[in-house]
Amino acid sequence: MGSAGGSSSELRIISARRSIPEHLREIWEFRELLGGLIRKELKVRYKNSVLGFAWSMAQPAFLLAVYTFVFSVLGQGFQRFSIWLLCGLIVWTLVSTTLVTAVQAITVNANLVGKVPFPRAVLPLSTFGSAFVHFLLQFATFMAIVAIARHPIDWAYVWMLPLAVLALSLLLAALALMLSVVNVYARDTQHLLELALIAMFWANPIIYEYQRAATWFSQHSLPTWLPLLNPFTAIVTTFQRAIYGASSVGDRQLLPDVGQWWYLRNIGIIGAVSLGLLALALWYFDRAESNLAEIL
Amino acid sequence: MEAIVAEGISKVFKLHVNPSQSMKERLVRLGRSQTREFIALQHMDLTVQSGETLGILGHNGSGKSTLLKCISGILKPTTGQIRLRGRIASLLELGAGFHPELTGRENVYINAAFLGISRQEIERRFDAIVDFAELDQFIDEPVKHYSSGMYVRLGFAVAINLDPDILLVDEVLAVGDEVFQMKCLDRVRQFQQEGRTILVVTHAADVVRQVCNRAIVLHHGEKVADGKPGDAIRIFREHLHGSLSDTAPADEGPLRITAVEVAGTRGGPQPGIESGDPLTVTVNFTADEPIEQPTVALSVVSPEGQTMYAADFDLGKTALPPGNHSVSVQFTEVPLLDGRYTLNSRVFDRLHTDSAATRAGRDQFTVLNPGIAHGVVSLRVGDVRILPAHDAPADIPPQASHPTDPKGI
Ligand SMILES: Nc1ncnc2c1ncn2[C@@H]1O[C@H](COP(=O)(O)OP(=O)(O)OP(=O)(O)O)[C@@H](O)[C@H]1O
Ligand SMILES: [Mg+2]
Repeated sequence: MGSAGGSSSELRIISARRSIPEHLREIWEFRELLGGLIRKELKVRYKNSVLGFAWSMAQPAFLLAVYTFVFSVLGQGFQRFSIWLLCGLIVWTLVSTTLVTAVQAITVNANLVGKVPFPRAVLPLSTFGSAFVHFLLQFATFMAIVAIARHPIDWAYVWMLPLAVLALSLLLAALALMLSVVNVYARDTQHLLELALIAMFWANPIIYEYQRAATWFSQHSLPTWLPLLNPFTAIVTTFQRAIYGASSVGDRQLLPDVGQWWYLRNIGIIGAVSLGLLALALWYFDRAESNLAEIL
Repeated sequence: MEAIVAEGISKVFKLHVNPSQSMKERLVRLGRSQTREFIALQHMDLTVQSGETLGILGHNGSGKSTLLKCISGILKPTTGQIRLRGRIASLLELGAGFHPELTGRENVYINAAFLGISRQEIERRFDAIVDFAELDQFIDEPVKHYSSGMYVRLGFAVAINLDPDILLVDEVLAVGDEVFQMKCLDRVRQFQQEGRTILVVTHAADVVRQVCNRAIVLHHGEKVADGKPGDAIRIFREHLHGSLSDTAPADEGPLRITAVEVAGTRGGPQPGIESGDPLTVTVNFTADEPIEQPTVALSVVSPEGQTMYAADFDLGKTALPPGNHSVSVQFTEVPLLDGRYTLNSRVFDRLHTDSAATRAGRDQFTVLNPGIAHGVVSLRVGDVRILPAHDAPADIPPQASHPTDPKGI
């Protein structure tokens, strides 16, 4: 089943190419479907579980407890290392959940795509949506724990977090759209992605500190901006700076000893590039969309 | 006013000779995978006026679903252009998009969202949907506990209660029990009265005759007929059975049927008649020995295998000498309705029934029904009129509607 809106007075061409604004408007017309699919996914995930949403929230608390214990025994890392770790992990969970589910968003719904007309972009976008709802829940728990532990967050940087999340969202939406289509043509994409995500995890300063990577690069006479080519680094470092609340601990430098402008500039670049990427993704998606039902 | 204008649309599918989705093989062949082109729709023009109900007939794989998918925008035609007026809803697969874990209620909302319908609009129609599906007791159960009929009912109820201007129906009217089917047909008729456009794909010629005012026939992706449902159904049958060949060997024995001629009133590759027309059957046979009491038996079997008529024709005590003979049986009126019937014939000697010649399944004739009736037989209709109102004073005293038998049984 399916339909498309439209005024009943004029003949309109179907399967026509859309401009990017037209494409966006069509997705907007199906926003209820987007919301419905996100709700559906969350409902299905917690069907028959007593705690339901509490599971999403329990995860960061549990991780914090485990890491705090493990690193106090191992003596690795630095003071309140587990909070540092969680800053990166929460962002990374959003990235990896989005991409892992988005890559299959169209292929697992092959039946639907072959039988129901609707803007297909809704499928990958809804996987991002439900990952994002999780992220918000986890972030809220994390912040609650941080507050209870009286950990000093740095308010001078906290206001940047929405900007960082916005830039990240644009980037993830673009990647979700592209990956979901590419995977229709080559199912290998989903397997490659799994490997890529493992590598990407270590390319982000989550377990280690950004400054350590930067130092290594400068010692090898490489430009220190090289780690920043990984777009997630800018987001992760902003979270760390704001929530961990310091760029150094003792005499150990964790993040570059720079002001807000450095973080803002990074977020700005990522945001601008992501916006371009999103436009590209929408264009590519529109081109491929009408063939999807046939190939699946 | 046109509702659908399709101009020169064709659909070519690329079939992979060695289907492979893996990159390894793609790399080996440097991205060129061996493909064969398959033409599912061939340069078709189709204009459907607002308010028309168009039936689409055709053999399996003739491109009916492909045509509807192109119109609904699921598939993009390889060439040509389709233009539409108004909101379109397609019942291609009922309940596609239902999630088994969610309740009927939750699924109604999601399903409607797939149709691009707002939550408020669904809320307004929710009761009508549940009423139509007759699922009020089960609406808060997960649909995985539904029977397949209930599943489909709910899908149908959603799509049909959201008033589309154009409704595409692909073989889904046949689902559900008889009562629900009638309800669906009633709703389709209501749609017609409201001036909406409907496209129906079905293999049931009866449905086409009942609800459509125009029908097209697809044959290997080509439109081979476009016109009145009765004519389209005849052409559909001719194409469908045209490829049937006579390969059964003639039976050996002292008595052999060499040929059976069926003479109808219509030409074409199959002998045919219209309901109520006469039909003449001539049985030619060869006898090696004299037949003392010759008898010809004929039976007419419906496509479903039901014997519609069977009789033995005793030709009296006129013994036939060895040689070639012909017996003709003339039916002055064949009150069958639409369909393709098989004629089985048998020739035997009443006194020596062991030497019988049988010819079964090889002769056919078609009956075309130009009228509106459907079913099995054509009843002759006399007067149809409105009687005077009952509350008018009448001379005749009212009678009990169920006369009782005083004696009892
Ligand atoms: N995605 C596809 N890729 C390749 N071939 C396809 C595809 N979809 C349909 N076909 C082919 O196109 C032809 C027409 O299919 P279609 O589903 O339109 O037939 P149909 O008339 O609806 O038949 P049926 O009566 O069985 O429903 C078939 O031969 C089918 O194999
Ligand atoms: Mg079909």
